[in-house]
Amino acid sequence: MVSFAAVGKRYPGGYQALREVSFTIAEGDLAFLVGRSGAGKSTLLKLIPAIERPTSGTVIVNGQNVGALKRAAIPYLRRNLGLVFQDQKLLYDRTVYDNVMLPLAFSGQPAREAARRARAALDKVGLLARERANPIQLSGGEQQRLAIARAVVNRPTLLVADEPTANLDAESAERIAEIFVEFNRVGVTVLIATHDQHLVERYARTVLRLEEGRIA
Amino acid sequence: MSAWLRQHRQALAAALARLPRIGGALSALVIGIALSLPAGGYVLLEGLRGLGTRMTLEPQVSVFMRADAKRADADALGAALKADARIARIRFLPREQALKELSAVQGMGEVIAALGKNPLPDAYVVEAKDGSAGALDALAADLAKLPGVAHVQADSAWARRLSSLAAILRSALWLLAAVLGVGLVAVTFNTVRLQILTQREEIEVLKLIGATDAFIRRPFYYLGLLQGLAGGAVALAIVAGTLVLLNREVATLAESYGSSFRFAFPAPGDALAILAFAGLIGWLGAYLSVGQQLRMVEG
Repeated sequence: MVSFAAVGKRYPGGYQALREVSFTIAEGDLAFLVGRSGAGKSTLLKLIPAIERPTSGTVIVNGQNVGALKRAAIPYLRRNLGLVFQDQKLLYDRTVYDNVMLPLAFSGQPAREAARRARAALDKVGLLARERANPIQLSGGEQQRLAIARAVVNRPTLLVADEPTANLDAESAERIAEIFVEFNRVGVTVLIATHDQHLVERYARTVLRLEEGRIA
Repeated sequence: MSAWLRQHRQALAAALARLPRIGGALSALVIGIALSLPAGGYVLLEGLRGLGTRMTLEPQVSVFMRADAKRADADALGAALKADARIARIRFLPREQALKELSAVQGMGEVIAALGKNPLPDAYVVEAKDGSAGALDALAADLAKLPGVAHVQADSAWARRLSSLAAILRSALWLLAAVLGVGLVAVTFNTVRLQILTQREEIEVLKLIGATDAFIRRPFYYLGLLQGLAGGAVALAIVAGTLVLLNREVATLAESYGSSFRFAFPAPGDALAILAFAGLIGWLGAYLSVGQQLRMVEG
């Protein structure tokens, strides 16, 4: 599903975020990426949807060499991925429902099917009752769940989340984790970067540990 | 195909919804007022040009006799004119009839009554066989030498001046349209730029979740196009309104010349051309703006 081979990432200015990173995540896996802040977790996750490009090595996602992908092909790569960002990247000028509808605007479903999928996604994360609310009215945990609903509405085969439980109380974090486990159970490959040792111990099937840009 | 159409419809709807929120009406007004200058100028010029061509199509020379000329002199001149092979037809306009016609014009009756005596001379309206400007000028020069003739006026002269003046004005109008066009591209450029800045977050998110560049750009193209079209419609409305007001005055003036001349409204083709030009300006402004701004958003 995801395969890194001797991947290095050096940012302009010379900072080497990743060195010789190699690993494979199999289809259907539930993998956690752990490591201290600044270890390179976010950088590693950004290479998967080609938000950043590797400076050396190859990144293969769904059989595609992401590092060599043409600019015009990137949107189609991203449509098959569910991305949950550290800062959620919700749009606060529209309702919860419209946030979830966003990826469906360009994926080509008829309006009725799109509406059905959006409600199904909201239902899965327990936000269906709040579809008319503005994201600003939601709690931190609810906002994170909304971000997950938007990530899964196009039924991706791979779900990538960056610190989805950061800044959440234990109960909310637990609920978020349960949602990811739920998706994994129906066949979605899940990769989560986290600090939360408790989550890793409880759910992880594969653990990738990053230390100063290397897999430890 | 239907998905593609739906996306266009969505982009158009989004642009329509945004237009009033971003002061689209104000921008359209700016575009409309600016465009109404060359558009209105063009309409007036076409009207005058039509008037000019109609005049040259009637190869007439007016021959005015001296005020002290007797009727016998007029008859003698008439005979001389009839003998001229270059002349197709003549019409004698006796001074009494000229006075009567002038008196009939609104407001002139009192003026003439105040004069006491008839200030108008006898006159011949001469129609030449050869309507070309050169032939008409030569004929006029010869007629001026005939006995009893005070003044000869060839209508071709002012028609010719009018047409060369019209040519100059035409070039000036094209220049004006071009300069204003560049300015209006800048107006749309700026509107779209501001709109992209306010939607920056949305654009970033859309990119991250797999929207193509075309999808992201489309609503902005529509925004520019719609704003341009709205501006074009405003320009047409201004031109039409001005013509209605102007034609009232023109009608009075034209009637005093025995003419039914009016400035014509832009033909459907011309109106469409104005709309298309305005739409193109809007689209171009949006195109340039989107190209520049989205590169910055990608950073």
